[in-house]
Amino acid sequence: MPEGLKINKGAEEAVRELLRSLLESGRVNGVLALGRTGGSNGGVAYSLFTDPDAFRVDGTALPLLPFMPANAGGLLSRLTLREPLAGPVAAVVKPCELRAFIELVKRSQGSLDNLLLISSTCGGVYPLDVGANGDLKERPPGYWEAVKHGELDHDVRPTCRACVHFVPDNADITVALVGKEDLDTQCALFLNTEKGAKFVEGLEGTPLSDELETEPIQRSHSQRAAYREELFAGVEVGMQELIRTFGRCIGCHACKTVCPICYCSLCYFESQDCEYLPEIYETELERKGGLRVPPNTIFFQLGRLAHVSVSCVGCGMCTDVCPADIPVSTIFSKVGTSVQALFGYRPGKDVTEEIPLMTFEEEELTQVAT
Amino acid sequence: MEEQEFTPKIVGFLCNWCAYTAADTAGVSRLQMPPSVMVVRVMCSGRVDPLFVLSAFLKGADGVLVAGCWPGQCHYQKGNLHARRRAAMLKSIFETLGLEMADRFRLSWVSASEAPRFAEVAKEFTEEVEQLGPTPIWDEVFL
Repeated sequence: MPEGLKINKGAEEAVRELLRSLLESGRVNGVLALGRTGGSNGGVAYSLFTDPDAFRVDGTALPLLPFMPANAGGLLSRLTLREPLAGPVAAVVKPCELRAFIELVKRSQGSLDNLLLISSTCGGVYPLDVGANGDLKERPPGYWEAVKHGELDHDVRPTCRACVHFVPDNADITVALVGKEDLDTQCALFLNTEKGAKFVEGLEGTPLSDELETEPIQRSHSQRAAYREELFAGVEVGMQELIRTFGRCIGCHACKTVCPICYCSLCYFESQDCEYLPEIYETELERKGGLRVPPNTIFFQLGRLAHVSVSCVGCGMCTDVCPADIPVSTIFSKVGTSVQALFGYRPGKDVTEEIPLMTFEEEELTQVAT
Repeated sequence: MEEQEFTPKIVGFLCNWCAYTAADTAGVSRLQMPPSVMVVRVMCSGRVDPLFVLSAFLKGADGVLVAGCWPGQCHYQKGNLHARRRAAMLKSIFETLGLEMADRFRLSWVSASEAPRFAEVAKEFTEEVEQLGPTPIWDEVFL
């Protein structure tokens, strides 16, 4: 059973206090967390904080805000790509963001050194347009009321309502939120690693005897699993259906840009290799009597599936940014689930486990080759 | 009947060290083979990027064959085992999305000395693809 700490304060307040004390005592050099940018009606973005006051009750940091303006896994990768962090930095991230970061570390796109990873059982996040139209400020009371009872606010992203991996793997500290009826007054911190335990030393609280995976978590899991089935069943299968679904694609490649697993800085699908030469246009036109331009929409989507499905963490950023409202994430999660099941792989679970396509076993998949 | 005239276009990615040699020998030995496999010689079945397969399909191939050395016989030790995982992944993607490319794709092991086996694989796969008919992608305006 993991060690833990029970703090006599609301979860939000306790997390703020933890982060403030980490900064004040100099135990961390900075904290990566969500924060308000540009005054009270500005946007919300991930930021690196060094000022402890940002974590006071009305400070600019919003560590537990149910919002995901970017997958922080990708951001952590950018911060640690060239070399590991020079000094300790705490990061408050969602379980899917943590999984994405682990997948990136496996691809040598980041380093876990000097990072204190704080995550929580996740009640989902609101779609980006809620943040864009300024509604985000009014949402939290209703959101936390639902989370307390292990329910989900109906307006969180469909991807989140269908997410079955909302208990973080690999967090140094896990904040219990889902199904915690007393989260306004009590905060349960699970210290999963020695690093996590070391950083909270000196914080006031009593030892925790609770289990993390309580009945409300299991209930929420089965509810979300049922909704997941429903979403997956709604994915139309077949080439014609695929063409119909992606017929709306405007080719902005935003799904690729926000995808944490799509880390190539030069994308094949944006390279010259993917441009048709004039004579290819001519032959295609001669044969088909027409050609949608720009071409390669289905190629892009299937190609991206071949690249990322094995590691898709189902964060839902792709659906969230799609201007044509294509349920990209549902399709990718559905395909990802079957590809991952094939290799018995769960992305983001274990940093030492190799990516299935980078390894093999001598005796396996014998039915594939005929 | 049009169906009888249909000769599938199959893109065959053949490993230089085994399947390609086998295909060559099969040709030299004048073994009976349908003229449907268009050969792309690669240095190893492990060189076949999943995008090659997708690209072939989306440009109108009726079938895609990847042929390499038997497990344990790869010229580069393990390229074919990587190819096997990629093939499994591609099939899983096709099946989940209900694409008939799953049936139009084949991975086979053919060693350099198995010219008759290559002819057999080519014949068998061609018949399978013939059954499926021409790829619906051929006339698709939007891909």
